Parts: sequence; structure tokens; C-alpha cells
Amino acid sequence: MKLNLEIWRQKNPKTQGEFKKYSLDDVSPNMSFLEMLDHLNEKLIRDGIEPVEFDSDCREGICGSCGVIINGQAHGPKVGVATCQLYMRHFEDGATVVVEPWRAKAFPVVKDLVVNRSAYDRIIQAGGYVSTKTGGHPDANAILVPKQDADKAFEYATCIGCGACAAACPNASASLFTAAKISHLSLMPQGQPEKDARVVNMVNQMDMEGFGNCSNIGECSAACPKQIPLEAIASMKSDYIKASLK
Amino acid sequence: MSASSSKLSASRGLSILPALFRTSVGQKLLTALTGVALVGFIVMHLLGNLTLLAPDAGPFNLYAHKLDSLGPLKILAEVGLVALFGLHILNGILLKLDHKRARPVSYGYAPKSKGGPSYSNASSRNMIVSGSILLFFLILHIVQFRFGPSLSEGYTTLLDGGVEARDLHRLIVETFSNPAMVAIYVGTTLFLGSHVRHGFWSMFQSLGLMKQSRSRALYAAGLVVGLVLAVGFLALPIVLYFRSQGV
Ligand code: HEM
Ligand code: FES
Repeated sequence: MKLNLEIWRQKNPKTQGEFKKYSLDDVSPNMSFLEMLDHLNEKLIRDGIEPVEFDSDCREGICGSCGVIINGQAHGPKVGVATCQLYMRHFEDGATVVVEPWRAKAFPVVKDLVVNRSAYDRIIQAGGYVSTKTGGHPDANAILVPKQDADKAFEYATCIGCGACAAACPNASASLFTAAKISHLSLMPQGQPEKDARVVNMVNQMDMEGFGNCSNIGECSAACPKQIPLEAIASMKSDYIKASLK
Repeated sequence: MSASSSKLSASRGLSILPALFRTSVGQKLLTALTGVALVGFIVMHLLGNLTLLAPDAGPFNLYAHKLDSLGPLKILAEVGLVALFGLHILNGILLKLDHKRARPVSYGYAPKSKGGPSYSNASSRNMIVSGSILLFFLILHIVQFRFGPSLSEGYTTLLDGGVEARDLHRLIVETFSNPAMVAIYVGTTLFLGSHVRHGFWSMFQSLGLMKQSRSRALYAAGLVVGLVLAVGFLALPIVLYFRSQGV
């Protein structure tokens, strides 16, 4: 199939970027979006043009490194998948496809489609874990967890930290990511001792990174490759309000 | 990390407020708390104003007179309302500025919603627009009626029992005999409806009370509340206009 690409090219964080047009006429509908970009890069290298920089690692939707904006949508038009799980058969032959990086002050562009997502790592470092002694592993049922809580916690735990939520948010807010990480642990017995400090510290860090605030529009959840529900945010807020009143 | 609670890093919002209202979560908590109170006020305001639908001026002027006779309580309520609106508005503007700062470079290709769980719509994306229109309207509204002509300008009426009171009813009837005023009021109520349509659901999120299973129902309830408020408020000037035309 044929494809008209418009891709954001930016040499480094300091230079001004711009959209560049490329066309491909031998794209297989079975290629993933990233394979299509690989294919483009091979062509660019043959033509002596610098290849398009983009992030990827697992290429199976679990590492969260591959996000880009495709025709105005984070991770492209499909619901519930990361860019690496998007296939060219979802595009029409001859389509124009505009690819640009996440846009947020807290996600500065490194090069082309690559942004620095360390802000999310720092939010995790502020409390997205439990401080437990790791001895021999305990019996499976030594700590009982109600099934509903386990299911919900698991749903939140599926967050891969890709940044699509902040990228899709009209306010560039990181609320869904931060909330998923907080609410996942606050549902588990192991998360209880540090519950209050965790929510306060992680929200503090989120605020310091320069993300916008949440207007409850819900674009985050719509763009999320793991379809984390908006209730995560309500749950974070409830935990935060309780913690700050103690 | 220690297991003890940590200090809030209160770095945004209105600097005179307690730390809780100067974090991202706290700022929206304030928006929601003032929002709840404002919705409560608006509902009471509409219910009181329904006395305008009575065939004569008596019930409305009596209602207005009763409020006026509350004396210091009325002043207190007015100060409270100014504070509520002030906090809601200033905080709302600061939020909007934060949002702008958070994305200094906008997308080259217009963002497109994937739908699903998103409540991206004209109401949710334009809270600052509907809010600002409400603010301009509020100023007009208060100048027109609260500080409009009163006893000394001859707007007097005798209530049942011979008490002399301000004839606010006459002022309102005169105001709404002007089609331009009717248009301004009707237009504004539509923005009020739009603001509440998203604001209602947003409150539940901001207060941490939203459950996923109730999400759709809550959003629909917001639309109903917004519609009821809009229809209620826009009916009054329209009815009064047609009455002034002898219909
Ligand atoms: C009749 C008057 C008003 C009522 C009943 C009202 C009600 C509400 C409610 C319930 C919310 C949602 C709270 C939340 O998100 O947690 C809200 C949000 C908001 N209001 Fe108002 N409001 C009124 C007037 C105004 C005015 C005059 C402004 C002026 C600028 C304004 C600006 C905003 C903004 C910007 C938001 C969204 C904040 C955000 O989510 O980022 N509102 N309002
Ligand atoms: S490359 Fe790992 S999620 Fe896409």
C-alpha cells in the first residue's frame, strides 16, 4: 500500500522542528506501525538522509516506550493498543499519516519523535512502590485480598507508563498515570503502611514536574493503551484529601 | 520513604489559601466545593424567582422583601456569595493558566478524541469560556437589579398589610420588555447549562466520589441538571416578554 507521511523532524531539544513529507509505496498491511517506520528509515538511509528517531523496546505493548501521536491521536486510531501493536491494515491505501511526538512541557522533545519521559520515573521514585523486606517468598494465601480489590488493583497495575494520558490530555495532565500507580498500591494490603505518604509525595512530584491539572475531560482514559478507568483519578483524590486532613 | 505523612508541596493556586488548596488536587477540590455551593445557590435562586410566574406582582415582591428584611443576614449571604464566586473564578483562571503553561508547543495536527470513556465535548473543553460569559453576565445582572433603581427612584409598592417595599417586579418587567435584554439572558442561561453539564460530573471526580459503574449515569444527570437550570432560567424572561406584549 501507498502512504504519505508527514513526520515531525527536530535535530535536538534546542532547535526548532518541522514536519517533513515522505512517501512510501511498498508498505505491507501486515507491518506494524513501527515496522513501517523501520522500513521508512531503511529507505532514508539508502537515500543518505538521517533516519527518523523513535523509541521502542518490547514491541508487544508492555514496555510503554513507543508512543507517538498519529493523525491527532495518541498511539493512533485503535482503542486499547500501543503504537507497536497498531497495524498498517488499519490505514487506507494512499492515506496521509501525520506523526508527531508527545507534547507537554514535562516531556521535552529529545529528537524527532523521542521525548524525555523521566518525569514519570521521578513520580514513581516519589512513592510508587512498597518498602518491604524481600526474604523468602510468603505463602500464596498468607495475606488475603478481596477478589474485587485484586481485580481493580490489577487493572491499575497494567499501566505501562507510556505517557499517552498526558499527551492526549487537553491540559497535559499526568493525573491518570499518577492515579493508576497510587490506586493500584492503595488497594493492596501491602500498600497500606505507606498509603498517606505515597499519595502526598507522588502528587507533589507530579505538580513539580510541570504537568497541567485535571479538568476531568477523560481523553486520558480514551487514549490509554491499557484503558485505565477514570475512577483511578477519583480514588487518588479521595486518598489525597484523607491523607492531607490527617 | 518514611511511612509517616509528608508535607504538601503547595506551589500553585491562590497564595492566601491553606496549603491543601494550593496543590493540583487541592485546587480542583476548591473548584468543586465552590461549584457545589454555587449550584446550590443557583437552584435556590431559580426556585425563588419562579414567583415571577404568578399573575400579579405580589408574591415576587413579597419574596424579595423577605430577603431584604433579613438585614445583617442578607449582607452576610451577599459577602459569602461574593467570596464563593471570587474563589471559584480566580481559581478557575489560575487553573487555565496552568493548563496553558503545561503545553507550550501545541500539536500540529488537531487532536481527535477516541471517544469511549472520554467526556470531551463542547461543554468540557470550554469551561473557561462558559465561565467567563457567566462572569460578564453576573456583573451586568448585579448592576441591573441589585444596584438598580429602588425606593428613591419611585420603584415602590404596597405589600399586603400596607408595608412599603421596593417594586423589584416592575423593574424586572420593564427590563424584559426589551427584546435585547431577553436575548442576553436567554443566551447566558445556555452557557450556564453548558457549564453545569460538565461541572456536575467533574465535581464528583474532584471530590473523589466517582465510581466507574456510575460514571455514565452521573454525566447524564449533569446534563439533566444543566438543562433544568437553563430551561428554568430562560423561561422567565421569555414569559415576561410575552406578557409585556400583551400575549
Ligand atoms: C453560576 C455560576 C457558576 C456555577 C454554578 C459553576 C459551577 C461549576 C462547577 C460545578 C464546576 C466543576 C467543579 C470541578 O471541576 O470540580 C466548575 C468548574 C469551573 N468553573 Fe464554574 N461555575 C460558575 C461560574 C463560573 C465563573 C463565573 C467562572 C469564571 C471564569 C467559572 C470558571 C470555571 C472553570 C474554569 C471551571 C473548570 C476548572 C477545571 O476543571 O479546570 N465558573 N464550575
Ligand atoms: S514498544 Fe513496548 S509498548 Fe510499544
